[in-house]
Amino acid sequence: MGRPVAIIGSGQTYHGRRFDVTYPELVKEAVDALFEKTGISPDDIEGVVSGTMPSMMEGVALTHFYFAEVLRSVGKPIMKTETCGSTGISLAFTGYYWVASGMADLVLVVGSEKMNEGDSQATMTTVVEPFYQRYFIAGAPGVFSMQCQEWSTRFGIPEEKVREAATRITIDHHNDAFDNPYAHIKKRLTPEEVNNARIITYPIRLWDVCPNSDGACAMIFASEEMVKKYGLKPAWVKGVGYSGEEYWFGDSEKAIWQCAIDAAKQAYNMAGITNPRKELDVAEVYNPFTYQEMLYYECFGFCDFGEACDLVLKGVFSREGELPCDPSGGTLCTNPIGATGLNRVAEAALQVTGQAGDHQIPGAKLSLAHAMGGVDQYNGVMILGSKK
Amino acid sequence: MEKKQDYLILEDEVAIPYENAYGPTWTRFFEGLKDETIYGTRCAKCDRVLVPARSFCSRCFVETDDWVEVSQEGAIISWVLTEYEYFGMPTKPPFIGALIKLDGTDTNFLHLVGGIDLSDPDYVRKTVKNGMKVKAVWQEEKKGHIMDIKYFEPI
Repeated sequence: MGRPVAIIGSGQTYHGRRFDVTYPELVKEAVDALFEKTGISPDDIEGVVSGTMPSMMEGVALTHFYFAEVLRSVGKPIMKTETCGSTGISLAFTGYYWVASGMADLVLVVGSEKMNEGDSQATMTTVVEPFYQRYFIAGAPGVFSMQCQEWSTRFGIPEEKVREAATRITIDHHNDAFDNPYAHIKKRLTPEEVNNARIITYPIRLWDVCPNSDGACAMIFASEEMVKKYGLKPAWVKGVGYSGEEYWFGDSEKAIWQCAIDAAKQAYNMAGITNPRKELDVAEVYNPFTYQEMLYYECFGFCDFGEACDLVLKGVFSREGELPCDPSGGTLCTNPIGATGLNRVAEAALQVTGQAGDHQIPGAKLSLAHAMGGVDQYNGVMILGSKK
Repeated sequence: MEKKQDYLILEDEVAIPYENAYGPTWTRFFEGLKDETIYGTRCAKCDRVLVPARSFCSRCFVETDDWVEVSQEGAIISWVLTEYEYFGMPTKPPFIGALIKLDGTDTNFLHLVGGIDLSDPDYVRKTVKNGMKVKAVWQEEKKGHIMDIKYFEPI
């Protein structure tokens, strides 16, 4: 199982259209914030992990070379981790594995993206091979719309109810974003505004979709010895799970979504969780689309299949609910894609260390962070706790 | 968060030509489209018919050399009406992408649903349903390309 590992600090940038800085300067903002907050010297870092979505998002390949100085990585081992939308959670796993293996005691992990410098959906379409699927996928919204339709049909959920629940989710999260200083889109939405917004890929409308954000997130993974040495509040990694499925979009079912179910199961088993809705205090579910957030509630065992819409409408997953999900506003409000999954981990760590500020869930001790990648192909789940 | 100052912006474009190899299995599949034929391959171990044709079964890891001409009719598993466009998008909106389970096959085939008026999303929503039967409509001129099938239209 490896050695105990904890996250002992994180740094996030402000998000938005960040044309006030270059891409490396944006990464520097997160890394500098992390070192300033923790008081740890960059000299003490033994290894660095860097990650983005497909490098061509900004037109520069292998960006960890471009970021050598701002990552404070000169003279140190550096790894690049890139797994599409799940890059951020994969980055966290890479840092975790490195420390858990005993090969390092202090590892810096950084995810970043400057989505506004390129064309995000044109970039993402290159994830799909050019012979067959690329003509029909229509970027991320196309894939997730199809998944949503498959899910609602499979469980016979009336279209109006799915719409109502999705509307509730986007209104709640855009409200939540006001309490997160780093969130990108903060807006008081009305149901009319959401329901009448322009269609992107039917049934997905504008407010069902995450934005293109520029931003970065940095984090330190530490061994038990380093936790003691620095005396910083640790968020212990209690469980990890990562699972993928076949490449061809039409080969596997996406409603009862096996790789999401398996990733959560692996992480729960490792953390000793048997009833996630009861035992978890807060979850940072990767929610680039309103509909997909509900599908995850079901795949992660927060509720039964076909039940998520009803529970959303009852407020079970809202800030004051039984299991608050994405009190940060989540991916729906802030999506610098190579950093997004790491933001979920950072937020989950802030929660269990009582440092989430205005969006703190009182007394949170056990949290879940998650991200998804590929053409609905991979899911990663990490469980963090205040106690080892 | 964007500051008010006007900083310079470099406009850049990366354009790289590619030659992607089809290999023997997909050459046969795509040549089949020229003859208005959709080929799948059957796995001798799990008996699944995989479409488009594959050289091996992704679950049993055995070679799949049992070629079958599959039905050009099937049912919609899921669909999406796309109303937005990105740079270099290979299919121009509005269009309906769909997963279609061709009769007698065991994987969902990804293609377009067409032959209906796409200008009004409400009309599309009322017309296109999961489970709806569709059949392939072919281009007049064929190139051995996935778009040799123009789209699948409701039966």
